[in-house]
Amino acid sequence: MGREVSESCIDSLLTEMVSTYCNRFYATKPELAARRIEAIGYQVGHQLSERYTMERPRFSDHLEAIKFICKDFWSEVFKKQIDNLKTNHRGTFVLQDNRFRWLARMSVDPPTENGGLPQDPSALAENEATQLMSMYLYFPCGIIRGALSNLGISCAVSADISSLPACSFVIRIKA
Amino acid sequence: MAPVGPRSGDAIFASGERVNAELFTLTYGAIVRQLLTDLEEVDEVNKQLDQMGYNIGIRLVDEFLAKSNVSRCVDFKETTDVIAKVGFKMFLGVSASVTNWDADGTCCSIMLDDNPLVDFVELPDTCQGLYYCNILSGVIRGALEMVSMKADVTWARDMLRGDDAFELQVKLIKQVPEEYPYKDDE
Repeated sequence: MGREVSESCIDSLLTEMVSTYCNRFYATKPELAARRIEAIGYQVGHQLSERYTMERPRFSDHLEAIKFICKDFWSEVFKKQIDNLKTNHRGTFVLQDNRFRWLARMSVDPPTENGGLPQDPSALAENEATQLMSMYLYFPCGIIRGALSNLGISCAVSADISSLPACSFVIRIKA
Repeated sequence: MAPVGPRSGDAIFASGERVNAELFTLTYGAIVRQLLTDLEEVDEVNKQLDQMGYNIGIRLVDEFLAKSNVSRCVDFKETTDVIAKVGFKMFLGVSASVTNWDADGTCCSIMLDDNPLVDFVELPDTCQGLYYCNILSGVIRGALEMVSMKADVTWARDMLRGDDAFELQVKLIKQVPEEYPYKDDE
């Protein structure tokens, strides 16, 4: 077993990173904040993937690499595997974590379907919390993109939180 | 229920949720690198890292008090001792010690035996002047402020800058008396 730190360390660091970029640096430019947070995740994913694959033969195809992300990689980072993997066999993969650790402590209702304007302050706060949550998710999306890029696969990654606490990561491999 | 005494940092660390330190270390490194790119000035990066630490410190203190069961520390000396022996252990899993007290007991050094933030880190020449671990000094400053002690926390020695140890100097500026009664609504 390698070195460990308390979970609060990483939780605090991520909370503060998101708040620094979203509230202090780019309060009026969420798309810039998102890009920076994703870039930080990308670096982390790239480096972790490098370390975890050092003594491994190359992956023979995309599916093998994605399976590595679902099993070994996810276990190292989140101490559990991805619960469900789906693919359309045309370069899109959906990885579902039924209880995504970094969202488990946030209590926010999923975004409403009708998409109407929030009518009371609590709904507004909820909306803000959902926005904050999607900001957080740029980090793991970046991690996945960085990890795959290190394996020679360039892709786009997005997150779907319509069924919290489950979280799905959608990977679209670039041809 | 049996009375519960203070718990050791080791016990809290062992019983709490833990994560792979590599993830934490690399995430911190990536944040520092991104800040260097975005802010360009090393001094500004030092300031932001300290500010991030401060914000973390003021929040972390609740968890610290809740999990450690430490009773009210009588003075600055006892407080720094608890931070070094219990705080560092329960969060980072490393031990630290307090030395170099000045005569009037308002300034001391916290020595880190080990520092997970710097695993795999080597600073390029372009980062001269960077206090890479400045988040830690901010955390301590924030945590102390929450227990009514205003302090300056700076790096006296930093192995990434070629020193032979990690040494944080903690200087008490003033002890703010706590205000009672607390208002429920705030």
